[in-house]
Amino acid sequence: MTAETAKTGGPAAAPQDMPPAIELRGISKAFGPVQANKDINLTVARGSIHGIIGENGAGKSTLMSILYGFYKPDSGEIRINGTPIQITDSMTAIRAGIGMVFQHFKLVRNFTVLENIILGAEDGPMLRPSLARARTRLRELAEEYELQVDPDETIDELSVGHQQRVEILKALYRQADILILDEPTGVLTPAEADHLFRILNGLRDEGKTIILITHKLREIMEITDTVSVMRRGEMVASVRTAETSPEELAELMVGRKVLLEVDKSPAQPGTPVLEVRNLRLIDDEKVERIRGISFDIRAGEIVGIAGVSGNGQTQLLELLGGFPEKGAKVSGEILMNGQSLDLSGRRSDAATRRARGIGHVPEDRQDEGLIMDFAAWENVAFGYHNTPEYSNGIWLDRKAIRTDAEGKIERFDVRPPNPDLAARNFSGGNQQKIVVAREVERNPDLLLIGQPTRGVDIGAIEFIHKRIVELRDAGKAVLLVSVELDEIMSLSDRILVMFDGMIMGERDPETTTAGELGLLMAGVTDTPAEGAA
Amino acid sequence: MDKMPKWADVVLTPLISLFLAFAISGLVILAIGESPWEALKTMVTGALGSSYGWGFTLYYATNFIFTGLAVAVAYHAAMFNIGGEGQAGLGGLGVAMVCLFIPWPHWSLALIAAMIGSALFGAAWAYIPAILQAKRGSHIVITTIMFNFIAAALLNWALVNWLRPIGSMDPASANFPASTHLPKITDMFAGFGIEWGKHTPANITFFVALLACLAVWLLIWRTRLGYEIRAFGKSESAARYAGISPTRITVIAMLISGGLAGMMAINNVMGEGERLILNNVEGAGFIGIAVALMGRNHPIGVLLAALLFGFLYQGGGELALWTSIPRELIIVIQALVILFTGALDNMVRMPLEAFFLSRRRRGTAERS
Repeated sequence: MTAETAKTGGPAAAPQDMPPAIELRGISKAFGPVQANKDINLTVARGSIHGIIGENGAGKSTLMSILYGFYKPDSGEIRINGTPIQITDSMTAIRAGIGMVFQHFKLVRNFTVLENIILGAEDGPMLRPSLARARTRLRELAEEYELQVDPDETIDELSVGHQQRVEILKALYRQADILILDEPTGVLTPAEADHLFRILNGLRDEGKTIILITHKLREIMEITDTVSVMRRGEMVASVRTAETSPEELAELMVGRKVLLEVDKSPAQPGTPVLEVRNLRLIDDEKVERIRGISFDIRAGEIVGIAGVSGNGQTQLLELLGGFPEKGAKVSGEILMNGQSLDLSGRRSDAATRRARGIGHVPEDRQDEGLIMDFAAWENVAFGYHNTPEYSNGIWLDRKAIRTDAEGKIERFDVRPPNPDLAARNFSGGNQQKIVVAREVERNPDLLLIGQPTRGVDIGAIEFIHKRIVELRDAGKAVLLVSVELDEIMSLSDRILVMFDGMIMGERDPETTTAGELGLLMAGVTDTPAEGAA
Repeated sequence: MDKMPKWADVVLTPLISLFLAFAISGLVILAIGESPWEALKTMVTGALGSSYGWGFTLYYATNFIFTGLAVAVAYHAAMFNIGGEGQAGLGGLGVAMVCLFIPWPHWSLALIAAMIGSALFGAAWAYIPAILQAKRGSHIVITTIMFNFIAAALLNWALVNWLRPIGSMDPASANFPASTHLPKITDMFAGFGIEWGKHTPANITFFVALLACLAVWLLIWRTRLGYEIRAFGKSESAARYAGISPTRITVIAMLISGGLAGMMAINNVMGEGERLILNNVEGAGFIGIAVALMGRNHPIGVLLAALLFGFLYQGGGELALWTSIPRELIIVIQALVILFTGALDNMVRMPLEAFFLSRRRRGTAERS
């Protein structure tokens, strides 16, 4: 059912009679009443890059965990290179030549690259010979696949992109022939992602088989040879990438037609709502996270902040929202509707910021935006529980909150529409809808919104984007922070690029390109210094 | 919703755990050559078989309700208050001062004043660890346990140098005046014409404890403050996002917790002892941890667990009195109950959960 082997012109196209690298037949897995994988068939040809896409909860991760021995399938058969195999744990998977690069790296942060590489693959009780052997092997691998990393650097000192290379090297060092990458570009700059794709292409050309799990359609189109789509635990399609389109894939994923572009009219900015002047934040460890930034956001516009995560955007959002990291020192000035906000002391907290008309959809909904063990209705009041609408003297007005929650659940199409269900039991997209409903329906003058669609399925993305644009059209100001460049470019009316705690420049989304933003995100300024190439 | 029914979770699990604890206790008794059946009979008749026995069981349970609630409230704010012992001791000091230094016309007024006095003293003793945790990050487990020792030393000093009547050799305060004596349950029931075993320590404080259960339930699940306490307890970063001050909640939750622990003194110091003696808490502060653990930090659970531990205490005393089973064995039984209902909770819960899930899956399979 899957397409034949590699792309046209691929130098390492395997001989026709070679068995497929991976063959899954009728894999099923249930967790309690939830059928996570239902009769999955999948064939991945040797020496190809195969993409697996699907919404959150579609069963991609379960399937890969089965392949890597974390879960035992309820039924079905796995064949690696034509031989049936029982993968009972990750050791069996590694021995069968499967390597996995997780979304969250499994590295020991205070070990060196070399130590991490041999961890679990030491040859004997003594470390020194293993390390020496690994060093030589690492040099070979680095040359072969453009995977240069300094073997003696500790993980802490490496950039995220380099850490990922260490993960790939780890797999290759264990002689992986099949490499599974789970959402590998989520943490990378566009340039780093390009580099990763070059590496993957190189690996494919050497005859390695690669499975790429992602939710980014662009990446699927760019790099994969074949692609499978999962929806609600089932494999709904396996096609050759060259013969499909992003629109078709999106439709297969969601099960209905999806609008990939944000539909919005030009902004009509009014007076400034938020004015930030020379803002600085020095954290607990004396590191300057925000380094003297100034900008305005006017009523009726969406200002997007682009940047690789970890360049001060999180600190900026938390600071504006009224909960900077403990022990942080803040200086500068913030004006909200022309009046200055306290930057320290009791009146600089999140409750005061809300009273001043700042709503906040935080970057991390599970750890900040929601109390995961609280029911949906209780979460609807979170942050506003002391307002007269939701309280009654010392008591919480449970009835009012419930009524409001039921309305919000209906208006935002939260599924399942059960206000008593704990937040934990909703999917990522529905959790985010609860947070967005809570913040947007307060009709704040300024909405701070961080990673609005991280881990959110395509259908919900469309919905959330629409709500943000509606708020803008109602004359409110929106500050959008996202690591998804596509999202920034399609949603913002103006784009600011942040790098290393500074704003590198402002761009018009109509005229700029991803490449230009990518350079700014990497810290390359507009006007290169004199004499520089 | 891959969960077992709620009744199985809150009723069946602790009952099975309890059964296992008693079964192993039985084996231990068997091993030292005594009859487990006789032992059980002695405990049950001694603690529950007569109004006399109940008079002691309820008295102990009252102590454990207060200290259990204290642990539970702190737990909801994600703090482990193991300073109940010291806070209850200081509560005793508060009660003693209220009763000795202020002349009261009637016990009801004295009771209200003692509630305030004991709660204030207990809360004050919890305030110092709370503020150290909130402002300096000193871990509350360490500070509260150290404050137990400080409290013991302080009480020792206060009794020997200050509250001891002149000429007395006993490190104890003077007897409280008769107008502060609380009605015993015996007297209260006699008023209704019901005969209750004489000379039992259970007193009106038991009903204060029941009110405290209700108050804690209202606080945690019905008030804005309770909402903030629970939110902070689940996630500090989310609390900060919502504008809930971690310092404020830490301090308030510990004040309430310490106050509740302190109120235990109404029962043992004012209701039973009618004077302040050395070491009057007798470990009830620590039993409170087990009670809260077993009662899942819910007031109703705490009430039931406190009754169970009251039974174990009284039944254990009877056991030592009437059989040749050494007193230490009671501690073994109590420890086993704590071990099974608290620490090994998941050992029972997980197979039970698997059982219910497989049954449900089979059920749905048959239906479809």
